Amino acid sequence: MLTRRIIPCLDIDQGRVVKGTSFLNLRDAGDPAELAERYNREGADELVFLDITASSDARETMVDVVRRVSSQVFIPLTVGGGIRSVEDVRRMLEAGADKVSVNSAAVARPELIAEASAEFGAQCIVLAIDAKREPNAGFVALDGEDAVPAESGWRVYTHGGRHPTALDAVKWAKLGTEMGAGEILLTSMDEDGQKDGYDLALTRAISRAVNVPVIASGGAGNLDHLRDALAEGEADAVLAASIFHYGEYSIEEAKAYLAEHDVPVRPFEPQSEATN
Amino acid sequence: MSGENGYIAVVNHTAANIHSVDKALRRVGADARVTADADELMGASGIVLPGVGASDAAMRALLRLDLVDPIKKFAATGKPVLGVCLGMQVLFDSSEEGELPGLGLIPGIVREMQPNVDGISRKIPHMGWNAVQFIRTREEVPQIFAETPQDAHFYFVHSYECIPASEDDVIAVTEYGSTICAVVARDNVIGTQFHPEKSQDRGLDIYRKFVDFSLSPSSTAMV
Repeated sequence: MLTRRIIPCLDIDQGRVVKGTSFLNLRDAGDPAELAERYNREGADELVFLDITASSDARETMVDVVRRVSSQVFIPLTVGGGIRSVEDVRRMLEAGADKVSVNSAAVARPELIAEASAEFGAQCIVLAIDAKREPNAGFVALDGEDAVPAESGWRVYTHGGRHPTALDAVKWAKLGTEMGAGEILLTSMDEDGQKDGYDLALTRAISRAVNVPVIASGGAGNLDHLRDALAEGEADAVLAASIFHYGEYSIEEAKAYLAEHDVPVRPFEPQSEATN
Repeated sequence: MSGENGYIAVVNHTAANIHSVDKALRRVGADARVTADADELMGASGIVLPGVGASDAAMRALLRLDLVDPIKKFAATGKPVLGVCLGMQVLFDSSEEGELPGLGLIPGIVREMQPNVDGISRKIPHMGWNAVQFIRTREEVPQIFAETPQDAHFYFVHSYECIPASEDDVIAVTEYGSTICAVVARDNVIGTQFHPEKSQDRGLDIYRKFVDFSLSPSSTAMV
């Protein structure tokens, strides 16, 4: 049986792991390679690296992080943040990423999804969506089309949550997968950093709307929240940062808890240490 | 396991997971060479055919690089060939969706997975860690899986599945709404639908055994 995945997320700013609250207030959480190695030993099913470095001249730092981690850690790595072109995707795949996530650039030019998917396959193109609850927000279609009323009640934001778009989150998820995204990384901006649990209604709405795996993100504060997102939210995977970074829970504990609560997970097995 | 004793060639046909396979082989001590050179392929002790994506794209790349005949010739020598994920799929005769024939090293076809099986829906790609069941006796399972226990979890990500013409070639399966061929083998040619290079120590064990076996003098007797 296919198991549900637990995915620690490492937000990287200029080569260091940081974690913010609602996209603000960054706290330093350490060296990416060290943290990745710890998660690997604890039984993480995948890792996500998001480059939140503002300046583009620090992009090479991220390539270097990916190269180092992928030589030591043999689980799938997804890399995102600042990916604007097929060439950017290629660079990350060649550095050792298995999947690359696109966000703002795909909203600005959805063809990027189709181009990258045709080049590398849908399975390595992840569409990252930052969504905010805005019922009755009066959505307006792009490109001067007629005004569209809010349907799902969640609006897509870009640029790390700073820019509202005219896109409905559920519609965008559908369009993105039709264009060739093989997975959705869905972040609730309302819940991110709040530790009150994932946005279950949002997660369920997107998971039911698309036929590719959905990773729920934003809001994990305890192990029950992970269970809720996977069971009630119908997510295929859960992403979390701070509950793992600061040692509140280990991945091993999370897996044991989920298994006790009838969520299928890959059993923990001790892993050998990295040698370099 | 040094270069003096032989090397493992990683067929360099697309951009994708070549590097992960290379890194995994190096991690287990192999002299791994990522190459698209026919002579370097022919000189290897074993070859790994990686890949992700669509089979037509991979076959087109192998044709463009003039590697189809060298890979077939290598396989005919009896030395070990390991196809991973898409690299497993191109071992077959043909892909139902594609236009180009496969390598034809294992009889059978490759088929697109359907989102509905008997009224039950499943997400495509099949992505994540799934348990693998060997359906052969230990003696019939290739040696590279000697350390792999029953129901070990491996990382899968694929939208097509292999349908071997002969049931005898199916070594292990996994369940995802339907029963999917997870390991195929015919003599010295082996394929895994999952990614050993993304499956932590369980996957590295397979590469280690593959390297040991490729470099051993008796490597033409696979099972």
